[in-house]
Amino acid sequence: MKVMLFKRLLQLITVIWGVGTLTFILMRSLPGDMAYRIAASRYGQDNVDSQAAALVREELKLDQSALTAYWHWLTDLMQLKLGDSLVSGLPVIDTVQHMLGHSLLLAFAGLIVSVLIAVPLGLLSAWRGNPLDSILMGLSSVIRSMPVFVIGVLFILLFALNWNLFPVAGFGSPAHLVLPAITLALSLAAVSNRVVRDSAKKTFQSAFYQFSQVKGLSLWQTFRRHGARNIALPVVAFFGIQLVSMIEGIVMIESLFSWPGIGHGLAHAIFARDIPVIQGSALMMGILFVLLNTLVDIICLWIDPRGVKNQ
Amino acid sequence: MKVMPFLKRMLFCVSLVSGALALSACSGPTSSNTVSISGAFEFTSLSPSKNGFVFSRMQVLETLLDVDEKGLLIPALAKDWKVSDDAKIWTFNLRDDVRFHDGAAMDADAVVNSLEIAKSKHGALRKAPIEKIYAKDNHTVIITLTRPFTPLGAVLANYANGILSPAAYDDNGEVVTLAGTGPYKVFQFEPPHKLVVERFDDYWGKKASIQYASYLTGHRAESRVLQAKSGQADIVFGLDPASLASLEKMDILTVHSNPIPRTIVLKLNSGHRFLEDVRARKALSLAIDRKGIAKGVLHIPGSEAEQILPASMTNWYLDDVSDETEASAGMPDSLLAELGWKKNAQGYLERNGELFELTLITYADRPELTTVATSIQAQWEKIGVKTNVEVTNSSAIPMGHQDGSLEAALMARNYGFIADPLGVMLSDYGSDGGGDWGAMNWNNKELSADLLELEQTSDPVKYKEIAQRSAQIIYNERPVIPVSSYVQQTAVNKRIKGFRFDPFERSYFLNEMEFVNL
Repeated sequence: MKVMLFKRLLQLITVIWGVGTLTFILMRSLPGDMAYRIAASRYGQDNVDSQAAALVREELKLDQSALTAYWHWLTDLMQLKLGDSLVSGLPVIDTVQHMLGHSLLLAFAGLIVSVLIAVPLGLLSAWRGNPLDSILMGLSSVIRSMPVFVIGVLFILLFALNWNLFPVAGFGSPAHLVLPAITLALSLAAVSNRVVRDSAKKTFQSAFYQFSQVKGLSLWQTFRRHGARNIALPVVAFFGIQLVSMIEGIVMIESLFSWPGIGHGLAHAIFARDIPVIQGSALMMGILFVLLNTLVDIICLWIDPRGVKNQ
Repeated sequence: MKVMPFLKRMLFCVSLVSGALALSACSGPTSSNTVSISGAFEFTSLSPSKNGFVFSRMQVLETLLDVDEKGLLIPALAKDWKVSDDAKIWTFNLRDDVRFHDGAAMDADAVVNSLEIAKSKHGALRKAPIEKIYAKDNHTVIITLTRPFTPLGAVLANYANGILSPAAYDDNGEVVTLAGTGPYKVFQFEPPHKLVVERFDDYWGKKASIQYASYLTGHRAESRVLQAKSGQADIVFGLDPASLASLEKMDILTVHSNPIPRTIVLKLNSGHRFLEDVRARKALSLAIDRKGIAKGVLHIPGSEAEQILPASMTNWYLDDVSDETEASAGMPDSLLAELGWKKNAQGYLERNGELFELTLITYADRPELTTVATSIQAQWEKIGVKTNVEVTNSSAIPMGHQDGSLEAALMARNYGFIADPLGVMLSDYGSDGGGDWGAMNWNNKELSADLLELEQTSDPVKYKEIAQRSAQIIYNERPVIPVSSYVQQTAVNKRIKGFRFDPFERSYFLNEMEFVNL
């Protein structure tokens, strides 16, 4: 356990440095003049001109060499400073917190709802078999093959326009979270209920599981003592992967529901060449991925401690 | 058997939490005490120079002078003003009953402080020929100029020059709290999407009746339309024209269509070897089917434009320009043939072995620009001009102007950014060779002289005469080609009474609105 945590810490530091450096190089090598891009985002398209760009260049010292700028960033980072946004002038940490906070809220809410949908359906599907299994398989394929914003639009039409139960878009109250979270959850559950089903089916058909029933345990006792843990292991690992890929992948949902998340924010920061915000967001996401992976590893170890004992 | 109590406990917890949420929601803005506005534009900063537009529209920020719907200056924080005979000294008498949102009284020192800071930032005031801004006494501010400059009043009415409390700025002149003087004060500032303002009870003018107003940026036009339909947003700006028909059918909504002084224009590099002859520019202009674009692409029949400024700007609008005068200029094919262009086997124009090929850049901030650009591409290809459309960032236009790489650009120019169009005309056509958002490599000494003279002309008859002459030169010479004018489409929920639209988009007039019981 300690070895794993230490390894992960090393990984974290490498990720922070690597992600920051890579973003820096990529952003610097994008075409176009940074001063103009920043000026356009600061002052709006009606008010951007060469004077604004000159002012930005002077204020942000954009003429300095890339190496000097990189050195500034690195020394700031070592003091745990992420700097200020080039566009708004607000501290990057606040901006990232606002965006990432909303993305995480949406991601976790979506994940929890998806677990609530996927686990019972997957188990039921493995236990009952056909025809339920085939129906769920078909339904999952249909939902999975639909772009997520189609599901979102359908929900908006139904729940917001037809029944007026939830707001169409926006954020700030729990009601605003419902539709985007369910949209996300459905598209996630479409895959994860199949993973639960496969894992459960494998366990149900295994020799040890059948033996435990033969020796006289009830269905519930068998499931609790021999089923749950064995089924959970691949499922938890899969949810971990889903969560990580989801944080990047919810841009469409954020855009559809006007949700102020990191996907949308990052896209704007890239248009604006707002390097500190891009670096800050990429960094926080890198850190988050390492932490989430560690968390998933710890949970998996807790579910199945055999790996540690063997070491 | 243990399942039931657990479920009950969960249900209890959920009802407790939702009860608490409902209670906490009662004290702040709710749909019954808030007018909710949905618009397209994001904001990132409290600084008036950067995002003052949103604070001016939400009526947090006010300026010394205001503008009525015809573009005429009216008193605001200055109750009256006068200009000296040589037009170089402007004296503003301030209202004496104005308080900032932080409680401080608005006096001449506060105004001077705000204007000095605005002058140091990017904006129109920085470009004005200002010699000195000072307080004569507690309620009098004087601005002296190095040369007469008639648009100063309109420049001062621009949002970038809003008056804030001295305590609103930090030592570097950056805004830390937006303490303005308007009928609403900032309640919640969550860049880049949400701004909530609360009624300011000590406002000097007409006090607001609605307690809160919120502005939410909707990323997609489709989402905004649905917000209007569901009643979630009371006022939705910038509607997609394609959705108008369905919105007009709804009982709960009124749809307003208002022309605004913004025009889609093509900027041409008149120094480019293909475009330096006015006949080439005219041919390109003649090849554009403006009516088709207005009707088929923009879905606003009648919005086609032959002139850069709209009819509402009577000083600058030429009454005798019509399709007929346009057609009498000749056919695009014959004009191009006069210049030695011949169609090759592929149907493209060729001269001395060189293809007539242009790169047309535009930007994605306004989605209609991309579709209009591709229509123009198709229409130009018809007369044999090979056109490559590149969709980029708005800053590529001033950049391409400066480094000379720009060939043609499609843009939406706001001629009402400064309420007096002379401000924009000066920066677009005033100096040699044009400006970032105007003419490029195009010199017309007569026009430069005329615009400079307008800066110093206060006689309205003479002003109109010179303005008309300038507009005629631009029309004849086509350094830019107008395509279409803008109509702002707004959906307003019927529970709101007192909505009116400001063509200069300076204010939403929230303080004039009331809720009506339906």
